[in-house]
Amino acid sequence: MMRGNRTLTPPPMPNPVGTALGPHSAMPDSPTRQRGISGSMLMEGLGSAAAALALVWIAFSLAGIVAPFGMLVAWFCLFFAIYGTLCWRLHGVLIAKDRMATLGIWSGAIVAMFALGAVLYYVFIRGVSAVFEDFPHFLTADMTQLGGASKITDLGVGAAIVGTVEQVGIATIITVPLGIMTATYLVGSNGPFARTVSAVVDAMTGAPAIIAGLFVYLLWVVPHKESGKSGLAAALALAVMMLPIVTRAAQEVVAIVPGSLREAALALGAPEWRVLVRVVLPTARAGLMTAVILGVARIAGETAPVLFNAGGFEAYNWNPFSGQQDDLPFRIYENIFQPGAVIQQSAWGTSFVLVCVVLILFLIARALGKSTPGRRRFVPWARIRNRTTEVEA
Amino acid sequence: MTTLAAPPIPPVAPLVDDTPIVINRAVTRADKVFRLALGSSSLVVLAILAGVVVFLAAYGWQALKVGGIHFITDPTWSPDSGHFGAMSLLVGSVAIAVVAVIIATPVSLSAALMINEYSPVRLRGVLTGAVDCLATVPSIVYGFWGLALVSNLQAAPAKWLVTHFAFVPFFRTPTSGEYVQSIFACGLISAVTIIPIITSVSREVMSQTPRDACEAALGLGGTRWGMVTDVILPFSRNGIVGAVLLGFGRGIGETMVVVLILSKANRMTSAILGPNGLGSIAKQITEDFPTGTPMDKSALILLGLVLFVTVLLVNIGARAIVNRGQKAG
Repeated sequence: MMRGNRTLTPPPMPNPVGTALGPHSAMPDSPTRQRGISGSMLMEGLGSAAAALALVWIAFSLAGIVAPFGMLVAWFCLFFAIYGTLCWRLHGVLIAKDRMATLGIWSGAIVAMFALGAVLYYVFIRGVSAVFEDFPHFLTADMTQLGGASKITDLGVGAAIVGTVEQVGIATIITVPLGIMTATYLVGSNGPFARTVSAVVDAMTGAPAIIAGLFVYLLWVVPHKESGKSGLAAALALAVMMLPIVTRAAQEVVAIVPGSLREAALALGAPEWRVLVRVVLPTARAGLMTAVILGVARIAGETAPVLFNAGGFEAYNWNPFSGQQDDLPFRIYENIFQPGAVIQQSAWGTSFVLVCVVLILFLIARALGKSTPGRRRFVPWARIRNRTTEVEA
Repeated sequence: MTTLAAPPIPPVAPLVDDTPIVINRAVTRADKVFRLALGSSSLVVLAILAGVVVFLAAYGWQALKVGGIHFITDPTWSPDSGHFGAMSLLVGSVAIAVVAVIIATPVSLSAALMINEYSPVRLRGVLTGAVDCLATVPSIVYGFWGLALVSNLQAAPAKWLVTHFAFVPFFRTPTSGEYVQSIFACGLISAVTIIPIITSVSREVMSQTPRDACEAALGLGGTRWGMVTDVILPFSRNGIVGAVLLGFGRGIGETMVVVLILSKANRMTSAILGPNGLGSIAKQITEDFPTGTPMDKSALILLGLVLFVTVLLVNIGARAIVNRGQKAG
């Protein structure tokens, strides 16, 4: 039966950590496919676009309507129709359908990209003047000067930055060990309990943010009366939001640690906790860091959980455990509804700072996510770690 | 004449190279503690879930006792004076999610197909990153952007719809003359916040389509769109439905966008293109809770419980559908 030589090929390396983040994994036998646009396709497309534009232009001029958005929509619909008809007459119905679908899919993707670009651009345009009016001042000052007559150079988000860093930090410290341990448990066992927990984690990932805030308000702030509103309460609410996110992401990362590694360690007689600490976690480190940083980025901008719990405080409060505290999303929410162009401008400035923080975290997470498991790019202390491991071994 | 009989297949399990055998070795004390720690850490998530339900139910009980059936029947919302009409809030939350899903689904599925099938290889990473980035931008920033820019931009098309399509019950405005602060505007902005979730889940499911079947479809002379409609979409139908449901759940619970954009009102109406129509649970909680009387708070907490349980059930259902789809494939 065992004729023929079986070559032992190594199992394919499970590619990217957090497949959702990494680049599209190339199939081992990806087929060649004609891509690119031929000259005739280009001509047909451009011709239809120009024809549609001309028609729309004439129609809107004749009707005397000035509506740029309406013109855009009308142009696109007309372009779609003309191009479809053209392809149908020239190439038949199948090709026409294919071309129109391609057009539709490109447009849909472009709409999504456009939305992202539009929001980032708008926040940048509106916020940059507040931040760079008197450059580092906006990042270090607090909001004690807030009022109808205040200038933008009086205001700042320093206190809010301190609050955000402390609250998100506490939430991270609480959730990361819990999340990773839960994830390890869920990967390791498949009983009804683990399945229930897994389902609950999934469901909680999309739970309404305001409920987390309400829950911690009832749990923490109500028993402690007004003094309960603090950075810690806000951090707890953020932790409620963050735990499912970190757990879910860590679960995916821990699950792709090769079983052979784990089994090799167990076969050598290592106890389970050592396998986790010395084999599973180091292997999954890049992925885990991606998961954690993404969780932090998602949580740093959450407003609803902190609304009832942080309290909001214009001046610096370095102590998250007592006294009300500001943070970035809370400050945006507070300033949006106050009258006055300057306060609005400060809200845009705060939004700009928040978006920058979140995007920087996101980019770090993506850079980490690109490194494969076991390989330790972007980890400066990796070499020291390696050496100590060898010595201990 | 001898027939070449195939060698009998041994009745044991098929040859599998690397299934570890299970060894029942003694578990050390450290490992017992370790297992206990892992198990109890996963209890925390369950404890949070139970805590949310218990706390909200305990504090909402007072309102439920007084309000009872009036939560659905009463037209006005003013718990302090004994009016518990929450129907328009419930309907409003769902309506926002429906509008958001209707807008987001085509865009998301296009983006998912684009990333998986249509895009040039070099663009894939960029597109994936951009979709993830959409998920990272805080929802208060979307809300602020929507308040300052988009809700004004959508006013003109909304006016056009009201003028020309008022025979459709939805395309009306509750108060004449204004087209901002509407359910539609909220849905439009919320759509941006749920695009990433629908895209990433449906993309994941679509990418599990057996590549052979796709290549076979192309090899038989099908067009790329033919491959999509006849292979990819049938295969990932469940997953797409689940993804859309997940987006729907997210849309119901969307808080900051709605708080910033929607007008504060609650009136039962089918008109979604203007202010002073349907309300929203999340907005009502956010704005009334800090200053409310004990009865107000209790009623709002009860609404919060309803919102939480609804979203939870939608999410569990959606995940179940996605997972079933993946197993069936």
